[in-house]
Amino acid sequence: MALNYFQPLFEVIRDKDRCIKCQACARQCSNEVHKYDAELDMMISDSQTCVDCQRCVTICPTRALKITENNNQFRTNANWSQQTMTEVYRQAESGGVLLSSMGNPKPYPVYWDKILLNASQVTNPPIDPLREPMESRVFLGKKPRNVSFNEDGSVNTKVTPTLELSTPIMFSAMSYGSISRNAHESLARAATELGIYYNTGEGGLHKDFYQYGPNTIVQVASGRFGVFKDYLETGAAIEIKMGQGAKPGIGGHLPGQKILEDVSRTRMIPMGTDAISPAPHHDIYSIEDLRQLVYSLKEATEYKKPVIVKIAAVHNVAAIASGIARSGADIIAIDGYRGGTGAAPTRIRDNVGIPIELALASVDQRLRDEGIRNEVSVVVAGSIRSSSDVVKAIALGADAVYIGTAALLALGCHLCRTCHTGKCNWGIATQRDDLVKRLNPEIGYKRLVNLVHAWDHEIKEMMGGMGINSIEALRGNRLMLRGIGLTDKELEILGIQHAGQ
Amino acid sequence: MVINANEVGYFDLNKKIVECPDEDITVTNAMGQRYIGCGVAGKKITVEGTPGNALGAYLDGSRIIVHGNGQDAIGDTMNNGEIIIHGSCGDTTGYAMRSGKIFVKGNAGYRVGIHMKEYHEYFPKIVIGGKVGDFLGEYQAGGIIVVLGIGYEDECPVGSFVGTGMHGGYIFIRSEHEPKGLPVQVCCEKATDEDKKKIAEYVEEFSVNFGYNSEELLSGNFYKLTPNTASPYKQLYTHN
Repeated sequence: MALNYFQPLFEVIRDKDRCIKCQACARQCSNEVHKYDAELDMMISDSQTCVDCQRCVTICPTRALKITENNNQFRTNANWSQQTMTEVYRQAESGGVLLSSMGNPKPYPVYWDKILLNASQVTNPPIDPLREPMESRVFLGKKPRNVSFNEDGSVNTKVTPTLELSTPIMFSAMSYGSISRNAHESLARAATELGIYYNTGEGGLHKDFYQYGPNTIVQVASGRFGVFKDYLETGAAIEIKMGQGAKPGIGGHLPGQKILEDVSRTRMIPMGTDAISPAPHHDIYSIEDLRQLVYSLKEATEYKKPVIVKIAAVHNVAAIASGIARSGADIIAIDGYRGGTGAAPTRIRDNVGIPIELALASVDQRLRDEGIRNEVSVVVAGSIRSSSDVVKAIALGADAVYIGTAALLALGCHLCRTCHTGKCNWGIATQRDDLVKRLNPEIGYKRLVNLVHAWDHEIKEMMGGMGINSIEALRGNRLMLRGIGLTDKELEILGIQHAGQ
Repeated sequence: MVINANEVGYFDLNKKIVECPDEDITVTNAMGQRYIGCGVAGKKITVEGTPGNALGAYLDGSRIIVHGNGQDAIGDTMNNGEIIIHGSCGDTTGYAMRSGKIFVKGNAGYRVGIHMKEYHEYFPKIVIGGKVGDFLGEYQAGGIIVVLGIGYEDECPVGSFVGTGMHGGYIFIRSEHEPKGLPVQVCCEKATDEDKKKIAEYVEEFSVNFGYNSEELLSGNFYKLTPNTASPYKQLYTHN
C-alpha cells in the first residue's frame, strides 16, 4: 500500500476540562474533523482534514478549542520548504495541477505598507470631518475635456453616462456559483443601502436580485454566462472581464458539481455541466476588437450605461491601459496580483502579475502623459485591506477601489483559502444548502454596511488631516505620499519622494 | 420601411432601425456597418449588401436576412431569433449563442459556434452550407452545429481542432471523410438514421431557405461529434 505523505497542516487542540461534549463542533465542521465517540464518551478530532477556518473555535460555547499550525517539521532546508516538498508529493500522487483559493499569500513586498501619508501642521490647517462638510462622493466614467454653456447659462456639454458612488469603494466581481446566494444577497443589499455598487462576476444575475439592478455592475466574460438583453439592461454598468489579478492569462472553471439548480438557472446552463470561461475572449485579439465588444454592448443598451474593462495588472499594464482608454471604455478596472479568487492554479496565483500599487502608478502616469486621463476612470483592486490603502490608492491616481476579500471577511471569512473545495463552513464559498443558511443576509449586509461606513469615516479623517475636504483634491495628489524603505527605482515608478524629503 | 444605408455610419443606421416603428425593415446598400440588429427584439430586418461585424449580437428574437455576405461575430451571444445569410460569413459566427438559429448558405470562418450553450428551452442551432475553418465548436457547451459541405464532397469540410474543449452539444458533418486530428475530449462516430432525426428539421429549414433538397442532403454520410465525458476537466486538478 502506498504511504500517505501528507502530514496535517494544523493541529486541533481541545481543552478536555472545558469541553462539555455538546458536539457543536462535529455538527458544524463540513470537513468532518470532529467526531463524538460514544464508547469512549469523548470528542475526538482528526486534524488531517482541518483547514483552519476557525468555525469550530468560534462556535464552541466553552472556548475549549483552538487550532494551531502543526509543528511537526521536515528537516529544515532554506531551499526546500516543507510546503514546496508537500506540493511535490501532491503532484506525484495525483498528476494534477495544484489548485488554490483567495489571494497570493507569498511574502512579496506590500507597497501600501511602505507608503506614508501626510498631515497638515501649522499651515493649511487640518479639517475635522465631524464638524465640517467633507466630500467623498465620486463619479466614474469619462469626463468632458471642456465645458460649454448656452446663452441662458445652462450647461451645453454632453456628458456620457457615469456611476455615482457615495464613497470610492465598490464590491469586486464574485460570481453566484463561486459564492453563495446569501453572500450575493448581502453584497447587493449593502451596495444599495450604501449608494455604491456590487458586481455579479460572470455567473449571471439571479432573478431575485434584479431589484438591486441600479446598484449592480453586470459582468460579461469570455464564457458569456447568463448574458442576455435583460441582464445587460438591468445593470447600472457593464464590465467586460479580460483578466483577473489572481490568475492573469487564464480563464475560469466552475466544476459541474457546483452547478446546482439555482446556479444553473442563473448561468443559463444545464445542471452538473462544467462552466468553462476560456482564457481569451475569442473575438478579441487587439484593441480594435475590444472596441468592437465595447460598442456592441453600448449599442445593445442604447449608450445608457458606462462600460468597464477589467484587466489583471501585468508587466506592460500601462500600454494596455492606454489602449483600453482609446477603445471607448468608460472605466478601467485593474486587479493586482494579490487579488482573491474562488479557485486558481497555485503556480499562476503565486507567480504571475505585478503589485497593484506599481501598476496603478504607472497607468495613471501614462494616461496623464498621453493627455487621455479624463477619457477613463481608474478603479483598482487586489488587494485593498483598509481605509488607508484606499486613501493611498486615490493619492496614487485611482478614482475608486474594488474590495473583495475585505468584504468576505466582513461576512465571516477567515481566509482558510479552501474556497475551491465548496465546503465553506461560513456559508460564503459554497452551494450546500446546510452551509449557505449559516450566512444570514440580514446580518451579513449590515456588517458590510458597517465596514464601508467605518472606512468612509476614516477616509474623511485622513483627508481632513491633510487639509483636504474633497476626494477630487486627493486624486493623483502624490505630494501627500512618501515612501519608506524603498529603492530609487521603486520611488520613481510610484512617482513619490522618500520620507524625509 | 426601407432604410438606405449608403454613406450612413453605424450609429445613425442602428438608431434608425431601433426607432423605426415598423416590424418589417429593409436596409439597402449596407457597406460594413457594425452592430446591425444588435439586441433587437420582434423585428424582421432584411439587409441588402454587406453588413459589418457583430450583426445581430445579443439578438433577442428578431429575424435577420442578409442578401450578401456577412462578416465576423454574427449572432454573438444571441439569445433568440434567426439569422439567414445568403452568402458566406466570417469568424466566430454564433459566439456563445444561447438559442435561435443561424443559417449560412456558403462557407464560414474560424471558431464557428465557439462556446455555444444550451439551457432548458434554449437550444441554439447553426447550419453552414459549405465548409468552415479551424476550431469549429471550440468549448461548445450545448446546441447543434451542422456543416453540410455542399460543393466540398471531395474533402472533409471542417478545419483542424474541431471541438477543442467541447463539453456539451453536438456537431454533425456531412462528409465521406472523417475529420482528422480531433482532440481527446471529442468522440466521433458515423451518424445513424436515429441521430439524423436530431438535425432533420434544421436541414429542412436550411433547404427551404436556400433552395436545396433536404432529403438528398440527409441521405449522405454524416459524422457525429460529441464530448466524451460529462466532466472532462475534473481530473486536471489537485487540491493544495
